[in-house]
Amino acid sequence: MNVNKNSYTIGFASIMVVLVAALLASASIFLSPFQDRNIELEKKQNILQSVGIEVERNDSELAYSKFIKEEIVLDYKGNIIEGSAFDVDLNVELKKDIEKQNLPLYVSTLEDSSTCYIIPLRGIGLWGPIWGYLALKEDVNTVFGAVFAHKSETPGLGAEINQSFFQDYFKNKKIFNDNNEFVSVTVTKGGAPEGDMHAVDGISGGTITSDGVTDMLKERITRYLPYLEANRPSPEILYPNDSTSLVNLISMKNE
Amino acid sequence: MSKETLFSKKNRLLLTDPLDDNNPVTVQVLGICSALAITVQLKPAVVMALSVLFVLSVANVLVSLLRSFIPSRIRIIVQLVVIATLVILVDEVLKAFVYDVSKELSVFVGLIITNCIIMGRLEAFALANTPWKSFLDGLGNAFGYGWILIAVAFFRELLGSGTLFGYPVLEKIGLYELGYENNGMMILPPMALVTVGVIIWIQRMKNEKLIESN
Repeated sequence: MNVNKNSYTIGFASIMVVLVAALLASASIFLSPFQDRNIELEKKQNILQSVGIEVERNDSELAYSKFIKEEIVLDYKGNIIEGSAFDVDLNVELKKDIEKQNLPLYVSTLEDSSTCYIIPLRGIGLWGPIWGYLALKEDVNTVFGAVFAHKSETPGLGAEINQSFFQDYFKNKKIFNDNNEFVSVTVTKGGAPEGDMHAVDGISGGTITSDGVTDMLKERITRYLPYLEANRPSPEILYPNDSTSLVNLISMKNE
Repeated sequence: MSKETLFSKKNRLLLTDPLDDNNPVTVQVLGICSALAITVQLKPAVVMALSVLFVLSVANVLVSLLRSFIPSRIRIIVQLVVIATLVILVDEVLKAFVYDVSKELSVFVGLIITNCIIMGRLEAFALANTPWKSFLDGLGNAFGYGWILIAVAFFRELLGSGTLFGYPVLEKIGLYELGYENNGMMILPPMALVTVGVIIWIQRMKNEKLIESN
């Protein structure tokens, strides 16, 4: 058999392509349930991380059902609509008009029975998408924790956003200023000013990714403002034993 | 041709030669790119070595089986398709069963396709030899590549991060209390090249066959 004939070469190539395609397609179909499961567990693991619960990926299912009490979906006005937050694909939602977006929100009850609101984030880094979760404390102002992840940021530079040293900066920052205006938390190149409640240090060499985090936080939290404003507890509920807020309360009454 | 036993001297040489005398990394200086990229820690290095072991031995056997059917004009394409198919399979399996490792390796698994060692063995050996010999050659070269990779990763992880497979060895033996500090430079890619260089140096000191006479 002459294997160098044109017809043979074309025939060989065609059969090879069909066989390989069939093989890869069936492997993909067979393995995708396992892969999807991993992705789902990782998502739960990330959500738990934002409220400071570190679990192995395989244990995340159990911890998730224990600590995440509600998976709600909001419309742009802050009304709760039907659906489960976990099933909302932010990648799809972000492409819609603002009025049509479904906004997923998780409500977590921690071991000390305090409540956290977890806002899923998604934005753009330098090379590809970045995403994460921002957990707000009961006062709907103070950041409890933040988790970020990325697809393809530069290792050692922008990719550092998924490291705990960076994520820890966000703890106890505030998204509203003293006049109750929304200011978000800004990742600041060259370092945040000492004591600034609304800024964290940027990553040297990762400025575009850092700016991506800033934009992502601002854009995403803005969508939730109607709901957050409506759910902000008044100071006396929040700090019943806090003397400073009592003073505030008294002074408010005097006015 | 007289019948050869499965593990004749010649066949055993196929397996052992790439470990030292004809090592793909230190003697032929192939596959350096991955030796630089994924040797910061032991775990990815081991996974990379195993993936290459699988891809190289299976690809060698497949190409050897097909060697009399492959039209010579498209043989490089056929080799690439065989390698790429296997690599994609490895990647999909990792994603399904060892998700953490696959996340770390994701870029490099794709790079196996361009690992010069694999193409080199297919073109130079499998196309001209029987499947069994090709299998041994694939195993031998993958081991030769793998042990260098793991040796480099061992030193880089131990000296750079003070851990082995993530276990804090140096902390446990109390080295830090004596004022020892990790060498951050070992984590950077250039130190992989230096480490490979040191291995080559030691190898040439020990192995007289490799000493070039001028």
